[in-house]
Amino acid sequence: MSKKAMINITIDGVKLSMPEGSTILDAAKKENIRIPTLCYHEDLCVAGNCRICVVEVDGWHTLAPSCSTPLMEGMVIHTTTPKVRKARKDIIALLVSEHDTQCTTCYRSTNCEFQALAAEYNVDNAVYLSVLKPNIELDRSSWSVEKDESKCVRCQRCVRTCAELQKVNALAVTRKGRHMKISTFMDLPMNEVVCTNCGQCIIHCPTGALTERRYFDHIWDAIGNPEKHVIINTAPSVRVALGEVLGFPVGTRVTGKMVTALKKIGFHSVLDTDFAADLTIVEEGHELLQRLKRAIVDKEDVALPMITSCSPGWVKFIEHMYPEYLQHLSTCKSPQQMFGAMAKTYYAGKMGLDPKNIVSVAGMPCAAKKFEANRPEMKSSGFQDVDAGLTTREIAMMIKQAGINFLELDDSKFDSIMGASTGAGVIFGATGGVMEAALRTVYEVVTGKDVPFKNLNILPVRGLESIKEATIKIEGCKPEYSFLEGVELKVAIAHGLLNARIIMDQIVAGKSPYHFIEVMACPGGCIGGGGQPIPTNNEIRQKRINAIYAEDEGMPIRKSHENPEIKQIYKDFLKEPLGLKSHHLLHTKYTKRNRY
Amino acid sequence: MKEIQDVVKNLTDKYGSKRESLLPILQGITEEQNYLSSEAMLEIARALDISAAEVYGTASFYSFLDTVPRGKYVIRVCRTIVCDMHGKKQIVKTLEDLLKIKVGETTHNGKFTLLETNCLGWCHKGPCILVNDDIYTEITPAMVNEIINKYRNK
Amino acid sequence: METKKIKRVDFIFSQDFKVSEVLFNTFKKTRDEILQEIIDSDLKGRGGAGFPTGLKWKAAKEDKITEKYIICNADEGEPGTFKDRAILEEASQKVFGGMAICAKVIGAKKGWIYLRGEYKFLIPHLRKEMAIFHDMLHNELGFDFTIDIFTGSGAYVCGEETALLQSMEGKRGEPRNKPPYPTNIGLYNKPTVVNNVETLVLSMMVVKIGAEEFKKLGIQDARGGKLFSVSGDTPKSGIHELEFGMLLSDFVEEFGDGDTKAVQVGGASGFCVPRKKFDTTTIGYKGKLKGTSLPTGGSMMLFNSSRSMYNVLHNYLEFFAEESCGQCTPCRVGTQQLLKGIEAIKKGEKSHEYLEALLSLSETMKLTSKCGLGQSVANSFSSIVENFREEMIY
Repeated sequence: MSKKAMINITIDGVKLSMPEGSTILDAAKKENIRIPTLCYHEDLCVAGNCRICVVEVDGWHTLAPSCSTPLMEGMVIHTTTPKVRKARKDIIALLVSEHDTQCTTCYRSTNCEFQALAAEYNVDNAVYLSVLKPNIELDRSSWSVEKDESKCVRCQRCVRTCAELQKVNALAVTRKGRHMKISTFMDLPMNEVVCTNCGQCIIHCPTGALTERRYFDHIWDAIGNPEKHVIINTAPSVRVALGEVLGFPVGTRVTGKMVTALKKIGFHSVLDTDFAADLTIVEEGHELLQRLKRAIVDKEDVALPMITSCSPGWVKFIEHMYPEYLQHLSTCKSPQQMFGAMAKTYYAGKMGLDPKNIVSVAGMPCAAKKFEANRPEMKSSGFQDVDAGLTTREIAMMIKQAGINFLELDDSKFDSIMGASTGAGVIFGATGGVMEAALRTVYEVVTGKDVPFKNLNILPVRGLESIKEATIKIEGCKPEYSFLEGVELKVAIAHGLLNARIIMDQIVAGKSPYHFIEVMACPGGCIGGGGQPIPTNNEIRQKRINAIYAEDEGMPIRKSHENPEIKQIYKDFLKEPLGLKSHHLLHTKYTKRNRY
Repeated sequence: MKEIQDVVKNLTDKYGSKRESLLPILQGITEEQNYLSSEAMLEIARALDISAAEVYGTASFYSFLDTVPRGKYVIRVCRTIVCDMHGKKQIVKTLEDLLKIKVGETTHNGKFTLLETNCLGWCHKGPCILVNDDIYTEITPAMVNEIINKYRNK
Repeated sequence: METKKIKRVDFIFSQDFKVSEVLFNTFKKTRDEILQEIIDSDLKGRGGAGFPTGLKWKAAKEDKITEKYIICNADEGEPGTFKDRAILEEASQKVFGGMAICAKVIGAKKGWIYLRGEYKFLIPHLRKEMAIFHDMLHNELGFDFTIDIFTGSGAYVCGEETALLQSMEGKRGEPRNKPPYPTNIGLYNKPTVVNNVETLVLSMMVVKIGAEEFKKLGIQDARGGKLFSVSGDTPKSGIHELEFGMLLSDFVEEFGDGDTKAVQVGGASGFCVPRKKFDTTTIGYKGKLKGTSLPTGGSMMLFNSSRSMYNVLHNYLEFFAEESCGQCTPCRVGTQQLLKGIEAIKKGEKSHEYLEALLSLSETMKLTSKCGLGQSVANSFSSIVENFREEMIY
């Protein structure tokens, strides 16, 4: 790699040498100078729209936006002069004048970048006349994403997220001048456009303009209703991120405290989505083997590669963007929906409950799970399988509302039944985790031996690289899988819908070399989901991922098919993977949707 | 009226189907159909393989690319200062009375839409109006009648 | 103060030479020689900003990427400006010639005229003239360069060169962050020179008569002549080609109606000069001159004492609030605040002291807006408010 030229500058009196191409903001960060920003986000390309990060540069007639101004040799930069402070204050005051400043009733209050800035600069609410547009209607059409234009600061972070990270472009900048606003095609409601519900716009929004649809009030009501049996299952990513909102450092695992808190809130049973993740692996692993057999032995024209279907944002994406390729999706429901279907059948039976009185809640790192729970086809128990999906943020909100001192809580274990889990279920939360869990099981089903990686850790499928691949040679097959002897199983993992599109375009072009692909809608996988604590960036994603793998390492059982409750459930209820009952309760169909 | 697919196809044949073809295509549709319908924008999105929201976001930026139905003849009255000084208000009033619509509206028969627009570049000959692509300068209320009749009978 | 008496010039529309001959003679010179002539002439962009044309060409010429473009900016949208339309109607061959010279210098094979949608009626004429030009250029001079037309669709901000490029790329006309400048990263990321219509004609004049001759006209920092679009309260509305450096008082004497109380120099984004400052204001780019010198794209709007300067400012501010692209905060919200603010003061809802807050805001807009549009709103705002304060309040 060629070494970049160095640029010499002075920032707030300190001489500094930075690589060519660095911005003023980079230099400030290096010197630990915090320049306030709003439209800037580490995940996204630089926009230079809000102008809050302006600084003074000697010899310049105008102030320089630090996020978008490249360093030039000899530049002398001042980040906090009276001129700079006045400009920033004016700009914040302008944004305030365009904003619905009813912070008291805003869901993002106290976790709002804009509110913090206005407070930091001590901006008077009435410097300028209000130019907030009258009669703005809240868009609550989507099950997942709520859009409130009156809170929008037009930083375009959502638009860039939707375009750059996800390449969905459901949101766009429309109109110009005083009428400019973030909107959808023809200003249609969010449920009528190509939105995948991934919620990445929510975690990149600095204000309360984009939030998840909130359902916790309904849950409180259900808990207070003596006729209802309210259960919750929590996804692996929740336990490694929930602590961030409740006073713990990023990357802290709070599994035991979370379970205690949810019990205190009054859930009758606190269960583990990991259990359903293990169930998913067993079903999906066998589905993969069945597809491979049909392709290799029966020479059938079966859709390969097979792609995971755990991520509802991804599922809606492929339904919109590649409706002709839905047969590549595993027919397995996601863990959330498997859990829901089992809760109102198997669990109800075991507990002697009438399923109509069960309120099944899913605690998820996800916005799209809310939509998924409300898909019309998700009623295989005879009831709505999942009554509500809550985000990590909503769970934190409930814990706060209950007046629980989370920091001081003792640990508890998940309830049974459907509370047992394995390390394989846990790693579902990180990109590559589903693949790793599946390989641990599939390899052993086929060969009777451990997957050939040290300590079961399949390192090539881990990490934040955009698309990861691995090849595993299958050797020593059991007789019934002899057709796989010597086969090099090729797998790939994509996270973020931008990468999903690359993987899909390969399939469309007939050039996909893979047998099995894992796709997660959100960058980093579920730990970076649209329902996770705000902020989320790569540093935070990596810390949550580390926590996930630490949790896995500490589990006594680390393979899905060895989960004792899973074994039990096949014995008592499902009989066999891909069996008749599985087919009815655990598998699903997909819907073709419009692409544009 | 031609099927929208054909209209878009003709335009992509002429201008190509890359992103940079978007403006000429939007202009072509506007010329042919007076405005950009949802169907037209969806078809363009398909043809260029970009999201419909982007097509709409781009179209709505430009004041000559209308995304609401417009009349066959769009009358744009220059509202910039010099035309304003030279009697633009009376011209608007005359047009409103004559067409029985307000600025921003379209006649019931779909023939005329009345709009105001920013500087048309004829300040030395104000007031001026643009009817589709035709410019009329130094107009008086009396001339308005004549101009409108010309299009009425077209 | 260096000034010149009003002097009429006849460069732009004169018919006393053939474009083909000028090109033939110019193409005999090296690229560096031609460029040097342009640099020496001190020719500055006639769109209003006044950037030295030679430096722009030089930057594009020196870029290592081989594919380059030249774009003629005919998105003339500044209120009170109509000279580019006249040039395209009457002297299009010279515009094409200027583009070809630039193409020769920077090494471009492709050029466009970005024509504002309001001037669409010019297209048949331009196409016809362009065919004649291409025939001459390709067949007589054997020079590989082709011009096309790109039509805008009603957006003032597309006159800003990076917004223009965005628009040509099929996007919203939102100005880009600078640097990088278009001369390095322009249309489709290729080095691109964007020049105003009049600038291109003048660059052809420079190579024809030579830098020395060209520099004899005008004053220090503002060489040559300029087309002025004169409108408002004047018996001589129209386009006038005048030497740079005249005193505004001389201009008013020539073009006023005897009752001129203010001249808006440079359109809505320019400056308002009240009667008392006519004889201390020179028309030319800002430089080392003493006194006030005002740069201009050539818009001169005259107002007599029957006009309300509140109405004038209100009209400009409505224009800006509509035509801002809306992406950056100071321009999008600032324009609305200035507009709403003067309305509130006029209605008595805000005290006249609020004018100070608005002036201070306009200064922030100047310092922090992303492009020239937002930065220049303060020009007309502060010059009108400061000079006609009573009219704003009562």
